[in-house]
Amino acid sequence: MSDVSQKELDEFRAGARAWFAENVPADPDFMLPLTFMEVGTQEQFDFLRDWQHKCYEAGYLGAAWPKEYGGGGLAQAFQDVATQEMHRAGGPIMLNAIGINWAGPLILDMGSEEQRKAYIKGILSAEDIWCQGFSEPDHGSDLGNAQTRAVRDGDDYVVNGSKIWTTQGNYAKYMILLARTDPDAPRKYDGLSFFLAPMTVPGVETVPIKKLTGEYGFTQTFFTDARIPATSLIGGEGKGWAVAMRTLEYERGARGGQAGGYVTVYPDVGEVVELAKRALRNGHPACEDPIIRDKLVKLLATYRGLQLNGKRSRIAPLVQDKPMSLPLMSKLIATEFYREINQLAMAMQGPRGAYYVGEPEAYDEGIWQRSYLNAFSGTIGGGTSQIQHNIIGEHVLGLPKS
Amino acid sequence: MERNVTLTFSEEQAELLEVAQNFCRDKSPVPTVRKLIEDELGYDPAVWQEMIALGWLGIAVPEEFGGVGLSMAEVVPVVEQMSRRLMGGPFVPTTLAAQALLAGGTEAQKSRILPEICAGKAATLALTEPHADWDLTHIEAKAVEEGGKLKLSGTKIFVVDAASAEWIIASVMKDGKPALVIIEKAALPEGALRREVVADETRRSFRLELDGVEVPADALLDTSRTSETLAHIDLASSLLLSAEACGAAASCVDYTVEYLKTRKQFGKLIGSYQSLKHPTVDALVAYETARSHLYNAACTFGQQGEGEIAVRMAKSESSDALSFAADRAIQFHGGFGFTYECDAQLYRRRGMWCEYLHGDGPYQRAKLADLLF
Repeated sequence: MSDVSQKELDEFRAGARAWFAENVPADPDFMLPLTFMEVGTQEQFDFLRDWQHKCYEAGYLGAAWPKEYGGGGLAQAFQDVATQEMHRAGGPIMLNAIGINWAGPLILDMGSEEQRKAYIKGILSAEDIWCQGFSEPDHGSDLGNAQTRAVRDGDDYVVNGSKIWTTQGNYAKYMILLARTDPDAPRKYDGLSFFLAPMTVPGVETVPIKKLTGEYGFTQTFFTDARIPATSLIGGEGKGWAVAMRTLEYERGARGGQAGGYVTVYPDVGEVVELAKRALRNGHPACEDPIIRDKLVKLLATYRGLQLNGKRSRIAPLVQDKPMSLPLMSKLIATEFYREINQLAMAMQGPRGAYYVGEPEAYDEGIWQRSYLNAFSGTIGGGTSQIQHNIIGEHVLGLPKS
Repeated sequence: MERNVTLTFSEEQAELLEVAQNFCRDKSPVPTVRKLIEDELGYDPAVWQEMIALGWLGIAVPEEFGGVGLSMAEVVPVVEQMSRRLMGGPFVPTTLAAQALLAGGTEAQKSRILPEICAGKAATLALTEPHADWDLTHIEAKAVEEGGKLKLSGTKIFVVDAASAEWIIASVMKDGKPALVIIEKAALPEGALRREVVADETRRSFRLELDGVEVPADALLDTSRTSETLAHIDLASSLLLSAEACGAAASCVDYTVEYLKTRKQFGKLIGSYQSLKHPTVDALVAYETARSHLYNAACTFGQQGEGEIAVRMAKSESSDALSFAADRAIQFHGGFGFTYECDAQLYRRRGMWCEYLHGDGPYQRAKLADLLF
């Protein structure tokens, strides 16, 4: 890694820039999802799968993953450059988000040689879509209480139960599955195991969930005596909680190792400022309204604060009082910010604020309205904002458990 | 937009932060703060002498004038830690007066006064007027030249620590244009200063009647630089008020958390109730984010454009953060919170100072809107 020269990186960047300029597809005649959680139609799915496949074939996804399993074998710096150029060119999102961000890093980190050979290439090429089975209908934020059962029977585990909020569950070939193998373990966490479970075996059924936006993208997954091979276990029986926590660390970027690319595109705050200048509110540009101005600046300060918090968290003397404070609060601030800025964007639009996707008179095809409703996936998913408050209160401030 | 915000922290800032943190914790425990509230001067002269010996008054003054030769960025951690312990004393007004001289003083004024300030003589500013406009260029006080002297008239409010100051730098209108003038406090007529009753009782603030005050003609600062000087003082004041707000907010959150971890009601520690826990976390989030803004403002201070945006954001975020944290601190202490004995009121009163001087959140955000879009 250390012997990557700037010259090599510059050359790689020039190549990537040229490739993306040439290959980023034109907008299709249907609306593309902003995040991997909103892939709701077959045409969206096919479009994004083709794009990811193309990026992988060109060497701009998984560039830093080991060559022997299908990666590019380069230093991480090359993948970072590729991702920057992808972003710069305005390329669509990577489809196989769970695979490239969670399952892939986990398999490389903890998987057996056989598992690495079997799964990594398919993750990168988008041939094998992965989904995640953590949350359950009755246990949203309380992951440790998962009740889906996996019972050892010969060379298989027999799985019964149900998982919810399975992104791309209806397209997935595999699921990273957290299931209970020992209901009698003294600590609830010790009864959990982690599987790289096939979705194609009998007894696995997915039912699409229609979201508040009117779109699809999630499913509920039902297991009825589904037999999955015991070789799909990862981390050992009873160690599922530790594996799940480790997997979440890949998501937060604390461990690195993700394949690259990005799986969400959020409107830049600059676009909201630009909207304020052209959206008519009560007959005047919204940016002339003193209350809108105040709220917009407040949110721009929050956005900037998020970036500054990230920088300050790397300056040891400035975080010595409460070292975990900034890292643990970033999810809360970022997701609430995103909800609020979209809400404000709607408020700028006067009566048009009440339009929705599909109305030709809506500002920006109704994207602000849809983004606002979709923003709740951030404030609810991955531990609701209310749970985040508990986590910060208990882990940073040392307040007693609720 | 705003992709490339900067936050750097110098070795000197780190050293000063550590020294100030220990010094202020040792010298200014809450019982001392409360005792000094009763004291007319408002601070311990012996502690003030120690601060002088540490060289703090000259941090942002060039070496040629007897200072340390650093910048306002290095003053920020000191002021933050002072306010964390609600420490009184004329450090902030003296630092700001030195900034006014550096930005707009004549060479003779700088050479005469700055070394004395670095050696420990206090100074202050007289900028705010009863019309209450936060715009420092709105000045109604006057200076009229008469027989080689300047005759002053008008009224200034919030002249901080005037009783301790050797010099007061006041804004006036002269020949229809804003100007700054140095007043030797010893030359003030009897009764020109009246102590104001301010919510933050750790402060000493004065009303200054300029009618009948005369200064020599060479007391004028460089009149060609008045507007830049006023703009510089406005931002420097806002920067230090932001530092004070952050320091006090840090203590205020800790103080509240301590109570939430020890006080029981209905058989449970009250910190386990989410109606108290969640707003306390909100206060922490607001404080932490404001502190990031503060150090962004510190390291970009003086930069054209970006520097002003950073300071105004820091002022808006930090004063809102402290006022929220302290407001909830009173409420969450319940009946005890309603007493003078509870420290929550100290923080809430400090918040009023930090918020309402040099422009509150909405004022700063209106300014920012003009700068940003």
